Amino acid sequence: MSDSILYARAFWGLMVRDISVLRREFIAFMVRTVMNPLMFVFVFTYLFPKMGQDFQNARGISFGTLILPGLVAVAIFVQGIMGVALPLSFEIGSTREIEDRVMSPLPVSLVAIEKIVFSSLQSVVAALVVFPMIYFIPATPVHVHVNSWTVLIGNVLLASLASGAVGLTIGTIVKPQHIALMFGVVVVPVTFFGCVYYPWAALHSVRWLQIAVLINPLVYMSEGLRIALTPEAPHMPVWATLAALLLCVGLLGYTGVRGFLNRVLS
Amino acid sequence: MPNSAEDIVSIRGLTKRYDGKVPVEAVRNIDLTVRRGELFGLLGPNGAGKSTTISVCTTRTPPTSGTVWIAGLNVVEAPAQARKHMGVVPQYNTLDRQCTVWENLYFHCRYFGYSSATATKRANELLEMFRLTERSKSFVRELSGGLAQRVQIARAIAHQPEILFLDEPSAGLDPQSRLALWDSIRQLLAGGITIVLTTHYMEEADELCNRVAIIDHGKILVCDTPANLKSSVGAQKVISLHLRSVSDSAFERSLGELAGVKGVEPTKEGVRIFVDNLDGLLPRIIEVTGPRLKDISISETTLETVFIKLTGRDLRE
Repeated sequence: MSDSILYARAFWGLMVRDISVLRREFIAFMVRTVMNPLMFVFVFTYLFPKMGQDFQNARGISFGTLILPGLVAVAIFVQGIMGVALPLSFEIGSTREIEDRVMSPLPVSLVAIEKIVFSSLQSVVAALVVFPMIYFIPATPVHVHVNSWTVLIGNVLLASLASGAVGLTIGTIVKPQHIALMFGVVVVPVTFFGCVYYPWAALHSVRWLQIAVLINPLVYMSEGLRIALTPEAPHMPVWATLAALLLCVGLLGYTGVRGFLNRVLS
Repeated sequence: MPNSAEDIVSIRGLTKRYDGKVPVEAVRNIDLTVRRGELFGLLGPNGAGKSTTISVCTTRTPPTSGTVWIAGLNVVEAPAQARKHMGVVPQYNTLDRQCTVWENLYFHCRYFGYSSATATKRANELLEMFRLTERSKSFVRELSGGLAQRVQIARAIAHQPEILFLDEPSAGLDPQSRLALWDSIRQLLAGGITIVLTTHYMEEADELCNRVAIIDHGKILVCDTPANLKSSVGAQKVISLHLRSVSDSAFERSLGELAGVKGVEPTKEGVRIFVDNLDGLLPRIIEVTGPRLKDISISETTLETVFIKLTGRDLRE
């Protein structure tokens, strides 16, 4: 058997394992994916307008329209943390059960890359699940208009890969006993400063923050989806989001794979 | 390159240094050869370098210098290919917690390129072979230590490797599970697989292994069959004296002058005397020792004696 066939089969074996585990935990997967956007959309875009406290921006764009791309981006991002960082941190640091997969007949870096690929699959599924939900719930109309499917698919795929790479990096750095802390230190600020609930352009009134949030990968995921789904809302240029996401995938992917190798081969 | 096709493991000049605040040289310039079909033991106390040696052989630890070949493949240059030829059972339970016993075996086969149908067949075969069929749907957390160990061995040989590495296989097992483990090991060996195991139980090395390398402070002190190692001590029995006061060289000399005594060594509690037979020797030893004798014990020469003779310490120290 040639090396590449050997590697491809082992890689597929790892995918089959992950898919099978996910299938068994599908309800948990759905709950963690759906809960945050569902609650958010229900309270802010259904309940608030019903109570007569609707938000609208200056251009008359409803809050539902503004946050829809952001919430899809969060759903994509959270999979990287929940689907990769969390289990990986335990598999490497606590139970060391990753070892059997590391001992598979393929380069160890591919075991790490499989984690990114599988996480992106979860992210794509999450995006597909969340999207209709936040489209149909809001009380005020949400204006979605796909200008270019290429931009949409490109952004979703790059955002999914980037969140997998974030997950891999965090999973190899954070020790299992610090995982809870990581949610407070990483996930919460990344989400709140990820241009999820407001477009990046609106931050111009707080200029230092507008520049500071540029290190946050979620910003480009939210903005990228804004371009693809709600083009009438203010957004970054297409090239900027795609280039930044590509850079995230490359940089975080490299860091994550290096971190993985350092942890499992010592 | 390895010496001959008969050698499944060939280690040349292996050194592993961990650089840290306190650099540790875990393995120092080891040379070792394991022949196909044998059961080879690495015997030594905790921290001797046994597990590091196994880790390098199984591609999980990059060596600082030296070379290891497994089935003719250099483990640094071709780790993925080398892994096809080996099975590994680490010291700790690395079974996939999210999968059942059956799935652990099935997915392992899939990692090694088996089709779904072949992997299913092989997993069922292994369940039967290791008497695990009843537990096939159990999750790992429901298994006792002995059972988990059995599943780990089944999983390690699932892809039909030529060599199986067992790192401290009986650590933490109750006596009954240990005997069951020894039976499984003997059966696997009869099936033609080569086995390398590490242990700090000398009974285990003595009972099971065709050849044993005694390792301490990262170095191999001796390597031979258990019988040859024991006969190398040059004495049949060991008498340990516990004394009320510290031993001195005059006392040790007078013991050494007794007819039939092969050697005398000071220990923490007193002295250790190597003898061929006990005929008439005990009363004379007691006489020489006098009232400072607190306790006396006599044992056969074991691999532990070999270790003591080589290092002056016993394996548990």
